[in-house]
Amino acid sequence: MNARNVSLAILAAIVVAALLAAPLVLKSYGIYILSLWAVTTIGAIGLNLTLGYAGQISLAQAAFVGIGAYCAAILTKNGYPLPFAYVLAFASCFSIGWILGYPALRVEHHYLAFVTLAFTTLVYLIFRNEEWLTGGVSGIGGIPRPVIFGYSLKGAAEFYYFCLANLAVVSLAFWWLIRSPWGRAFVAVRENPIRALSLGVDTRRYTLMAFAIGAGLGGISGVLLAPLVQFIDPSPFSLTASLNLLLMVVIGGSGYFFGPFVGAIVAVLLPEWLRFSGGLYLIFYAVLVMVLMAVCPTGLIGLAGRVLKLVSKPAAPAAKAAMERTLERTT
Amino acid sequence: MTALLSVDNLQKHFGGIVAVDGVTFEVHDREILGIIGPNGSGKSTLFNCILGQLQPNGGEVRLDGKDITGLRPSDLNRRGVSRTFQLLQIFPQLSVRENLILAGQEHQGSMVTRLFGARDAGMTPAAEKMIDFFRLRHLADELAGSLSYGQQKLLDAAMALMSGPRLVLLDEPAGGVNLTMLADLKERLRAINAEQGATLVVIEHNMDFVMSLCTRVLVLAEGKPLAIGKPEEVRNNPKVIEAYLGH
Repeated sequence: MNARNVSLAILAAIVVAALLAAPLVLKSYGIYILSLWAVTTIGAIGLNLTLGYAGQISLAQAAFVGIGAYCAAILTKNGYPLPFAYVLAFASCFSIGWILGYPALRVEHHYLAFVTLAFTTLVYLIFRNEEWLTGGVSGIGGIPRPVIFGYSLKGAAEFYYFCLANLAVVSLAFWWLIRSPWGRAFVAVRENPIRALSLGVDTRRYTLMAFAIGAGLGGISGVLLAPLVQFIDPSPFSLTASLNLLLMVVIGGSGYFFGPFVGAIVAVLLPEWLRFSGGLYLIFYAVLVMVLMAVCPTGLIGLAGRVLKLVSKPAAPAAKAAMERTLERTT
Repeated sequence: MTALLSVDNLQKHFGGIVAVDGVTFEVHDREILGIIGPNGSGKSTLFNCILGQLQPNGGEVRLDGKDITGLRPSDLNRRGVSRTFQLLQIFPQLSVRENLILAGQEHQGSMVTRLFGARDAGMTPAAEKMIDFFRLRHLADELAGSLSYGQQKLLDAAMALMSGPRLVLLDEPAGGVNLTMLADLKERLRAINAEQGATLVVIEHNMDFVMSLCTRVLVLAEGKPLAIGKPEEVRNNPKVIEAYLGH
């Protein structure tokens, strides 16, 4: 293990220890916000696969979070245990995500964004208008928190640890996915689909898979969101929420493993930290986001990577490579 | 000699412009065929039609006697047909080794077994071999995007060979490569042809490169075949001299 990896491992251990110890020092609202961060991060990890790794823009992630949340709310309110909701939410979001991926085989960039935007609007309208199922604008209240192996997760701290455990499992699975040959193929689809095709990469199947798995993780996020907030209505699953998830991925670092974790801090925790400024906090927040995007378009993780590289490696190798390239082209 | 690839009366037009106009030729097993012609003569379009990147408007392409017209590039690659592009097509954000592993991984098992199998899909030994073969050892861990243009060209060619193809179509492999690397590239291509038995089809403007590398040369002009034969025959063909080579 080299020095860089040792430093990262120590940093990761400190962060994990801090997350585990947080309920000891935080009040219930603080624990709730941290739980929300964990849940939102799972949704953003899904979008990071679709957008960051496979390069397919999607404004539909909030719709999948919504589908997961309504699955959990409806099932648990009717006496079914939460694991049923996991299975149903993941399976339905995976299938719908797969179907939604088909337009990505024909259109890309902003055209694809519009297709997924239309999907989000459609799902939002279903949540709002199908009152017999979703409760319409009145929503569904009194969503119970689960009991796992006889142990109730009703308390804020207990449910927080449950969310954290979910985040850990999803993170490990995602880490394994992106380090597998699939991860390399997703990057190939994003970077150069024509070349990927010529190397035998089935770009069609990988594109659909990126949409489907990303949507499935959105569903899992929703399954946790419903018992966390214990009341759901259509508003948290509108286009604004999809844009917020997109912001998390982009500002954290699209295509970086830790991007969604950092992005969710900015989107979920930062507004809370800025509340000291009273009514001005949204203005501060907006300005901060604009500055961040202008200064580091590769996101905060990309910026940190650049800074680390500058600190650990002087500019000489890059300059040398550029010089060699120039010499070669002129000889 | 048996024909590995047969192209029969292939046609491609873009609106009113006829890019490939009834081209017919055969590529023999284990030969190196050069394709030359002025800019706009349809060479790259011909490649793209053979390789499924473009759908031809007419004609037929056969590999080992089987019709492969219009097959997707990924399907053709799995049948042992590989290619390079006129413009560099590597993955700059992956290392040289990762580029090579990617170039071969889709030939290992199924999509499911690749997901649950080894991270490198068992391609590291083959990638290491290719790194040594193309003398890229000192660059193996560098990002492909940080390589010089000539080195990227070598990597591009190496990637096309990672799946152990029977037929490789190289689109201007010598373009923009300096003289030292050009000799190196030519030597590597000859070795692949001789040692691995790969059949090569090479589009190129560098006449010395084509004439010294290829066993036969096809000349295209205005989307039509003008001549085909051994390099010497083509070089002395009056029609070819008039249309392309000059003096």
